[in-house]
Amino acid sequence: MSMAACATTRTERRRAMAMDARRDEADFAVVGGGLVGTAVAWGLARLGRRVLVLDEGDVAHRASRGNFALVWVQSKGMGMPRYATWTRLSSDSWAGFAAELARETGVDVRFERPGGFSLALGEAELEKRVAQIRRLHNQPEMVVDNGFEVVDRARLDAMLPGLGPEVAGGVYCPFDGHANSLKLLRALNEGLRRAGATCLASCGVDAISPVAGGFRIDHRGGVAMAGRVVLAAGIGNARLAPMVGLRAEVRPQRGQVLVTERLQPFLRHPVVTVRQTDEGSVMLGDSQEEAGLDETVGTPVIATIAERATRMFPLLGRANVVRSWAALRVMTRDGFPIYERSAAHPGAFLVTCHSGVTLAAAHALHLAPMLDAGAFPADFAPFGARRFDVPATA
Amino acid sequence: MFRRLPEALSGGRPVRLLVDGEPVEAREGDSLAAALLASGRVACRTTPVGGVPRAPYCMMGVCFECLVSVDGMGSRQACLVEVREGMRVETQRGAREFGR
Repeated sequence: MSMAACATTRTERRRAMAMDARRDEADFAVVGGGLVGTAVAWGLARLGRRVLVLDEGDVAHRASRGNFALVWVQSKGMGMPRYATWTRLSSDSWAGFAAELARETGVDVRFERPGGFSLALGEAELEKRVAQIRRLHNQPEMVVDNGFEVVDRARLDAMLPGLGPEVAGGVYCPFDGHANSLKLLRALNEGLRRAGATCLASCGVDAISPVAGGFRIDHRGGVAMAGRVVLAAGIGNARLAPMVGLRAEVRPQRGQVLVTERLQPFLRHPVVTVRQTDEGSVMLGDSQEEAGLDETVGTPVIATIAERATRMFPLLGRANVVRSWAALRVMTRDGFPIYERSAAHPGAFLVTCHSGVTLAAAHALHLAPMLDAGAFPADFAPFGARRFDVPATA
Repeated sequence: MFRRLPEALSGGRPVRLLVDGEPVEAREGDSLAAALLASGRVACRTTPVGGVPRAPYCMMGVCFECLVSVDGMGSRQACLVEVREGMRVETQRGAREFGR
């Protein structure tokens, strides 16, 4: 079967047929059509590269459709200062990224960066939180100043409405923000379409074979050829990476989310566990469970999420919860991304992270040009998979 | 638009409510949604995004179209609430307010 056979719309079929005709000329095949894959693919397409996105389809474990949509800086980088710098670069690039997407696609992804909070229930939690963030910022190689502030209760009351009596204080970071992640995925797909890229759904990849001049990719819709291949398949990277001489030790980590009915805007600043979306719903979340590929929602966890949220904002207890879901984060052993080029097959790249929204701007505007150049800069060494070869010190 | 059946007119004692500050007479045993419809108030809210009017639809707790504020509590399903003497009802315009 040809690529054209599994494209869903007439336009896609036409484009896919064109791709079939010149498939040897596809510059990049990106495996995975979630936020990581589409951000990288869009970044490559805007550089003028011919891009093919192969996506598993709606059967995929789709972190991009279950995430919390924060663009989050304040807690990132304990143990890897380079990650803090990278995250901050993405946050700083987000406004321009969103503006370009809006201009190119007509989709406003509703990015805002009003600064965000993590809140502590009780003095003990506050002390722990402040100690964590100080340790993060006092790392010797920490070159970026993320401007965090410890905010006492009196100042919190001026910035957040209706806080419960147990809220002792919080940590504020002016570079924290949020977006509408469903609109982001939509915008990136539209941007790819308009840039002439081919996005094939229901075309999960079975095999990738290095061949002369590039890679042969056997997928559910046929065979594709590309000069270079970028693995951005989330949990699926674990299976795909060895085919091109890479390793991707990633595991699913479950997060659960509750969503309330739409409310009048009341919460300007995102809180790491509570945020009001651009359309008025309030999302409650940030649970972390090791549960394999199980995407079911469990009452004890969502009860805890709701309980903590209503201790922070007691009036939320009056709102109706309209939906709940679970999704799987894509986690490495240390929680940091892997950006790696295959030593055996230098045209193959691995891209994986658990912060597809936060890092979308960096992936599109900064990572894609590195992939296009064919190599990562020297200071990207911390993101390489070789860090896992060093035995952890006990 | 709606009127009570003759057999429904004879039964039930009158119950007085306040709907958006105006007195409305219902019958004991009425659901609030039925009472609103019988009083000629068809639209009970406007939607949060489009701002278009909505009326009670399924009358059995499924569709969530008949959301109103009852005695200060927003987004109650009027079809599942029985009228009470002195009940204060407010129609909702757009999204519910935080804390109401």
